[in-house]
Order: sequence, then C-alpha cells, then structure tokens
Amino acid sequence: MTAVTTRRSTGLLPTAVLLAGAIYCLFPVSWVLIAATKSPGELFTTPTMAFGTGFLSNVSDLLAYRDGVFWLWLVNTFVYAGGGSLLATVVAAVSGYALAKYRFPGRALIFNLLIGGILVPAVVLAIPQYLLFSKVGMADTYWAVLLPQILSPYSIYLARVYATAAIPDSLLEAGRIDGAGEWTLMSRVALPLMVPGMVTIFLFQFVAIWNNFLLPFIMLGDDGKFPLTVGLYTLLAAGANQPALYNLILTGALLSIIPLIALFLTMQRYWRTDLSSGAVK
Amino acid sequence: MRATRLGAALAAALAATLTLSGCGGGEPAGTPEAARTQSQAPQGPVKLTYWTWAPNMDKVVEVWNKAHPDIQVTVSKQAGGDDAAAKFLTAAKAGNPPDLVQAEYQHLPSFVAAEAVADLKAETETVKGEFGEGVWGLVTLGTDGVYAVPQDSGPMMLFYRQDLFDEYGIEVPKTWDEYAEAARAVRKKDPKVYLGTFSSKDPGAFTGLAQQAGAQWWSISGEAWKVDIADAPTVKVADYWDGLVKEGAIDDTPYFTPEWNKALADGKLLTWPSAIWAPGTLESNAPKAEGKWAIAPMPQWNAGENHTGFWGGSSVAVAAKSPNRAAAARFATWLNTDPEAVGALVKEAAIYPAATKAQTALTEAPGYFANQPDFWQQAAQASAGARGFTFGPNVGVTYNAFRDGFDKALQDGSPFSGAVRAMHEATVADMRKSGFSLAS
Repeated sequence: MTAVTTRRSTGLLPTAVLLAGAIYCLFPVSWVLIAATKSPGELFTTPTMAFGTGFLSNVSDLLAYRDGVFWLWLVNTFVYAGGGSLLATVVAAVSGYALAKYRFPGRALIFNLLIGGILVPAVVLAIPQYLLFSKVGMADTYWAVLLPQILSPYSIYLARVYATAAIPDSLLEAGRIDGAGEWTLMSRVALPLMVPGMVTIFLFQFVAIWNNFLLPFIMLGDDGKFPLTVGLYTLLAAGANQPALYNLILTGALLSIIPLIALFLTMQRYWRTDLSSGAVK
Repeated sequence: MRATRLGAALAAALAATLTLSGCGGGEPAGTPEAARTQSQAPQGPVKLTYWTWAPNMDKVVEVWNKAHPDIQVTVSKQAGGDDAAAKFLTAAKAGNPPDLVQAEYQHLPSFVAAEAVADLKAETETVKGEFGEGVWGLVTLGTDGVYAVPQDSGPMMLFYRQDLFDEYGIEVPKTWDEYAEAARAVRKKDPKVYLGTFSSKDPGAFTGLAQQAGAQWWSISGEAWKVDIADAPTVKVADYWDGLVKEGAIDDTPYFTPEWNKALADGKLLTWPSAIWAPGTLESNAPKAEGKWAIAPMPQWNAGENHTGFWGGSSVAVAAKSPNRAAAARFATWLNTDPEAVGALVKEAAIYPAATKAQTALTEAPGYFANQPDFWQQAAQASAGARGFTFGPNVGVTYNAFRDGFDKALQDGSPFSGAVRAMHEATVADMRKSGFSLAS
C-alpha cells in the first residue's frame, strides 16, 4: 500500500483471483443483508437481489419474539465468546511463552500432545465432553460452554511460535541480570511484546466461540442459556408442523454478525502494528 | 422433519459414543430406581423441566403453574425434529434428562428402547378413553406399557389451490389415478406449472403416504421386531411417484426449500398432500394466497375408500430418570386432556389435538382457510380414516436412508423401489448391530 515508489507490475491474474474470492465471500453476506429487509410475504416472491420493505418490522418482530429472548441470547453469546476468548488468550499466552522460552523435562511431550490436539476437531469432543460434564453435574451451566473452549491447542501453538519470534532471549537474559524475577519478566517484558499475537488469538477464539454451534447445542438444555447460534436454530427447526420463521432468522443472522464486524474493525490496528513491527525487524 | 445433516451427524456420534442396550421392544422402560417415588413429603414446590418446541408453550404452562403452586413447570424451548430426539437420548444417557419431553411418535420407540422414558400405564389409566385407538397405539407401541401421552396428531389431507383448479378446469382428484391424470393435464395447460412435487427430503411425508396405502414397516411379535419396509403397499407408493416424476408430470423440488416456497407463493404448485398443520406453513410462506387454498380428502388407492396416513404429531413423555415422575405424569395428562389446557394448546401452539373430544370442539376454521368453513369437520373425517403403524426403534436410520436413497434415485434415475429396499436393508442392518432380536 505504501509501495508506490517501487511500482511492481501487478499481475491481472492474482487480482482477478482475489476479486473472485472477495465476491465469493461477500455474496452470501450481501444476500443475508438483502433478505433481512424483506417481509415474510416478499421473501419468496420478490427478486433475490431486490431490497424489501420489511426490515424495521422484522427487527421489531425479532426483538419482541418471546418477550425479547433475542437480547438474552445476545448477552449469552457475549459471555461465552468474550469470557471464553479472554481466558483462552491468557492461557495460550502464558503456556506459549513457557513452551517457547523455558527448557524443562516433558516440554517436547507437552508440545507434541498439543499438536496432536490441533488435529482433533472440537466437534468430535463435544459428546464426550457432555458426558464428562454430566458426571460432575456441570452440564447445562455457563461453565459447560466456557471451560471446554478455554484450552485451545491451536492458540497455544500460535502463542509459542509468536513468543519464539517476538521475544529475544537476550532481552530475558538482560532482565535476569538486572534482578527481575520470573513473574516480572513475564508480565513486564514478555507479555507486552506478545500483545499483537494475543490480539490475533483473541480474535480467532472470539469468532470460533461466537460461531460455535454443536457444543452449546449439546451442553445446554435451558433455552435461557442458549447463545445466538442455538437460539436462532430453534427458530429454524420449529418442528414439522410449524413454519420456520425465515424472516426472523435472517434478521437475527444479520444482527448477530454486526458485533463481529465491529470487533474486527476496532482490532485491526493491532494487526497493523503487528505487520509493521515485523517489517522493521 | 426438515432434512438436516446435523441429525445424521448427531445420531452417528451418539451411536459411536453410547452403546444402546439391546433390548427387545416388549420390555418396559421403567427401571426399578425410576419407579421409586422420591417425592414423599417434598420440601417446597416440585420443579419440573419440560423440553418442547411447540410455540408459546410457556403461556399454556403458565395456566398450570398458577393453578398448581406445588408443581412448577419450566418450559425450555428446543429446536425440533430429529435433532431434538438425538439430544434427549444423549441427555438421558448422561443422566440429566429433562423431566418431560416432547416426543414425536416416530422417535418414541427409540426412547423406549434406550430406556429413557418411563412407563405411565398406572398414571394414564383414567385418560386412556380420551384418545382414539390409532393414536393411542402410537404411544403403547402395541405393548402393555404406555410411554407417553399423545399431544397432537397429523392426519394427511390434500391441500389444493381452488382458484387455479377452476382456472385450469381440473376436478379435485378422488383417487391417485385421477391425481396422475390431473398432473398430466396441468402440464399440458401450462408447462410452467406442476400439480405437485415429490420430496426426497421429507421421509415423514412418504411415511404418511405409505401408511395410507396400508404399509406396516415395523411390528412387534412377542419379544422380537418384525421389519418389512419394502412391503407391497410401500413399493406401490414408490412406483407410483417414480412414474410421475420420471415422465415429468410432477416436480421433484423438496418441501420447505426456498424454491418450493417460491413455487407455492407464485402459484406454480397446485397441490400439497400434507398434514393438518399445513395452514401454518402455507400462511407464512405464501401469505398472499390466503383464501385461495382448500382442502379435500386424500386421493385414494381404490375409489370409495377413506384412508389416510399421519405426517408428524407428537406426544409428551416423562423421563425414566426423572425424580418427580408422579408429578410429571400428572402435568402431562393435564396438558393433553384438560379442556382448558387443550384449548390453550390449540389457540397458542396451533396444534391439532390428539384428544378426541377436543377435535370435535374445534369449530372456527384457521384464518388462512376462512373460505372453508367445514375445515375441522373435514379434518375430523380424515382423522377417523387415518391409519398409522408401530414405529421401530431406529427410525432415524430409516429416515436417513430414505433421504440418501431417494436423492440418489432422483439424480441417476434409478427406480424408487430400489431406494425403498435400501431403506429396509439399512434399517435391518442397524437393528442387528444394536442387538435387537428380529423375527424373520
């Protein structure tokens, strides 16, 4: 972007591929945006890409649905995604730092186990986790959704890679010579250097938990604890003898991606510092 | 009963994680510990949880909670359909099921086989007479036990666009032969319009059609299951629709898809053999066609008969592990037989009640069918001629095999009857694997 002076020849092909990719990604979003503006009568009768007239009534219908249960689901989603990703980031940062900068027996073993953990999709674990949580009587609680998401092998792997690259050993050595304890070293020296990496991990986890469906679907029985994904699904699968509330679902889907977009826009600048700090090194 | 991959995934995951105890169908599910009543001299009100997906159920339950301060019921609204059954089975296996659960008739046998629901024979003795024999058979599975209280029922009827029938000059078909002829006539009049469609995604609808023809997919003889999904009536139904789809007389757009909704809304689809709950679906998907649809009895295989099948319908079961079984059973019977409760169910949850008295009490046609004042009389007539069959313990497998088989048949043009045989084989293989004893 700042490379105006170096004028490389921009190939047409890469541009076209990127453009196609962008359209591929944005088209469904724009479809949701447009479909959410349609009243139930317009949804299946008007052209796909024509805006409807029912957006405001859809929103007020959605917010009024079952005495505003949508708000409750939204708050729940924030608790799961916000709390879960914060805790996951802290765990990942500390363990990534430890794995990257300390030599201790079993380090390789732990790391290999984590790598193995990346290969196991979370979906496979949902039912065993449910059975375990049921055993200890914690199924159908907020913790049942939060706890399994706090340990994310992929995030720890990322944190380790990032810590290895971003924290020079000499810096830690200097700190030790100056008499800093290990705790001070981590909290004052290491973690500040890892902030861009932590932001990335936070975002990854936040989006993953925000979109997670199967774990809360299995864990939670009380619809007052549902996150948006499961809540909106109850609108979709309303039983064979009930019409699916398509207009509410579409509006709900649209509203539920707004916080994600906002989060990305506000967090973007941390990524920029990340890229630039990499550039000058 | 919308097609969901999730249901299949959950069921598969369940099968992998849990080993269902392979018991014959005849065994009652009530285990000794469940039978023990723990509610002697309860401290404070008994608290019950109730998993359901019927809309506005909380409003109906409020009536109960006000009248019964000692038994407080909390409604937890779930996603419906096959996923709900898988979720309940998982919860029951893990030991923390809700006290009460909405159980679709086709899933109840799997709950019984997994010993997840309690036998309510003693508690329901007094209300047995409130229900017709057909629907009662769906909760007893033809055994001595009673595993749930029937809530709603879905006898099938033919929904058709009256205005367009007049426009194209078509008579309402009384037999399936007439239906086929009408389908061809419509194609000639307007090649953009179809009389109907065959959905490869809705096993429930096909099951209803097979029931109408007299199919008996499962039955219990002694301690063993008898499975006969590819029986003569089912193959007849499959061949019939196969012929119509292949010659292009009817469409093959699955139900409940956006394309199908659009066809309904645009008047490109003239009939829908569906169940009594169809008005709700039609109203939300084709609001502009209000007053244009009408109902008629299902076309018959032999002129002069009055048979139909069921599509959907559910019951309320009590979990075998519920510590408050007696209270839960009391609530379940109240909900589905008390006139006030059933009235509220009809009004708030828009169900077609299973209780016979409540069916005849319905007078005012649904708003969408204001043009058909005899809507409920027609429904009662259909209900009287409806015949179901005992569902097996692994309907989920059968239904998935239906989707796979018929999808494939539509794609490569192989005969529908082959798909029916594949359903049979998949079902039998799964029951063998789960350890059910099969009579051959």
